[in-house]
Amino acid sequence: MSPPPSRTLDPKAAIWLAALLLAIIAPFIVSAYNLNLIGRFLALSLTGMGLVLLWGEGGVLSLGQGVFFGLGGYVLAMHLKMADLGQGELPDFMTWSGVTKLPVWWAIFRSPVTAMLGILIVPTAFAVLFSWLMFRRRIGGTYFALITQALGLAFATLLISQQGLTGGFNGLTDYHTLFGLNLNLPSTTRALYWLTLLLVVLAYFGLRWLLASRFGTMLRAARDGSNRIRFLGYDPGPYKVVAFSVAAMLTGVSGALFTLHAGVISPALVGVVPSIEMVIWVAIGGRYSVLGAIAGTLIVNFAKDKISTALPELWLYALGGLFILAVTALPNGLAGFFGSDRWKRPALDETLARWRARKAVS
Amino acid sequence: MNAPLPSTIVPPMLVMDHVTVDFDGFKAINDLSLTLESGSMTVVIGPNGAGKSTMCDSIIGRVRPTSGRVLFHGQEIQREPEHRIVSRGICRKFQTPGVLTGLSTIDNLVIAATADRRWWKSFTNAGQDEARARAETVIEQIGLRDRAEALAGNLSHGEKQWLEIGMVVATDAELLLLDEPTAGMGAVESTQTAGLIKTLIGRHAVLVIDHDIDFVAQLNGHVVVLHQGQLLREGTLEDIRNDEEIAAIYLGRAK
Repeated sequence: MSPPPSRTLDPKAAIWLAALLLAIIAPFIVSAYNLNLIGRFLALSLTGMGLVLLWGEGGVLSLGQGVFFGLGGYVLAMHLKMADLGQGELPDFMTWSGVTKLPVWWAIFRSPVTAMLGILIVPTAFAVLFSWLMFRRRIGGTYFALITQALGLAFATLLISQQGLTGGFNGLTDYHTLFGLNLNLPSTTRALYWLTLLLVVLAYFGLRWLLASRFGTMLRAARDGSNRIRFLGYDPGPYKVVAFSVAAMLTGVSGALFTLHAGVISPALVGVVPSIEMVIWVAIGGRYSVLGAIAGTLIVNFAKDKISTALPELWLYALGGLFILAVTALPNGLAGFFGSDRWKRPALDETLARWRARKAVS
Repeated sequence: MNAPLPSTIVPPMLVMDHVTVDFDGFKAINDLSLTLESGSMTVVIGPNGAGKSTMCDSIIGRVRPTSGRVLFHGQEIQREPEHRIVSRGICRKFQTPGVLTGLSTIDNLVIAATADRRWWKSFTNAGQDEARARAETVIEQIGLRDRAEALAGNLSHGEKQWLEIGMVVATDAELLLLDEPTAGMGAVESTQTAGLIKTLIGRHAVLVIDHDIDFVAQLNGHVVVLHQGQLLREGTLEDIRNDEEIAAIYLGRAK
């Protein structure tokens, strides 16, 4: 007799559900310092989720996600700076640099509504334009990665060079109110933490829906065979433009939330090195798995916090070692240890089969 | 004046009219003219570098003729974008299998069978029932029913070749261009492939490129021999086999 269909929860789902419940009650069980860290890293995980869509499913490696992170972060930071000002006042660093009038592209983000829209629209619009220009000309692979890296470098350099308009190397920091709420009150930090968690959960389900849709299938098709689908009558470009732009939007929101939790946005958070780190979180977590990307972001960033506090000189070596390990031994990242997403590439199976074959020979 | 003239002249399905493709001075195909009729079977043979693949490329718009015209049902297509040419009903299988490795076998076929290929349609399921039905038919035809849910990347080499033939068939294009469909196959698989291709004639016109003379014999189609970018001979395989000049070229005695 066959066993009756089980009505119990699948163990993997149970673990994630438990993790989500823990995350929801975290404000009551962890210290304010750790809560702030979790909030920051959850915010960063939106960037990682965007890379799953773009890099894992779309096969497009971007080494310039810091740009979109920065656009979201700076739009919010500009709003926060202005929220603390009285009528006709200028942010302190502008006064020091001899700027006498608030630039228009600052002033439009004074209203909370335009600031919130700006966080969504500015990175996304820039991403649509940029990726459309690239993919229309069929630029991909290494060339695309290098161009995005150059973009990250140019963006950070531009921010630093415009001291009077962007806060230069120090970036924008020292803000106190959002929508009239005092950012230093524990109730506000808790609310922001839950908001971040909510957005992460929404982004998770949104991405799962997108990847399960026919769009997701076509994106994977464009990844595996741009030419094949072109000669089946499809244009592969738009699928990649959509993936790049949705990833940019998530990354922009990620930058804005991070700015709220960290209390600062600066060129050091948006340039080449942070952009590469973003890719590493996802390489380690698993670039074909949305949950893997969240886990990877949290694990790598907590490790960074602990290791770089204890042994600052060791961190970069540890990160490099983890990256090499992930790329060579675990092409599907930590997520490769668990389950099989339907759209997972055969890479891990092949690696394992090759490894077993080699063992059998020796 | 006794023969009755047709009241309307129906143009042949595909005409290559004095097509030349010049790669910086090297004429990969040189003043080539060829006519294909609906539902026909044509086999193109010729030594390496004879211009067989370039001929296919110039039909589907992957390379552009330096001079000459390509006409599909009487309309010039040699300047049209690739996806326009595909939507007119010409589809090509490449030499190396170009299956979508991260998708299941059936999904590969469904993508090929989907009629409306505009990107924003991918957010809807419009036309998917028809596409799925067509994919189910084709998967039987290519004998991969058992492999429907396998990732295309995990298929054997021969299965990948069949899948890609299936994808081309699933588009229901009027003209199928199959570039070396038996590359890397053994004798048994080649014979199966020949059987599969023969079932396509009639509903589709098929143009096959291949080196393997046994396979060409099994297809039993109209044979076209290319040499140095030009059409050397046309005829039945028997005519070609008995041609001394062709034998000389294949045996390397041509100057």
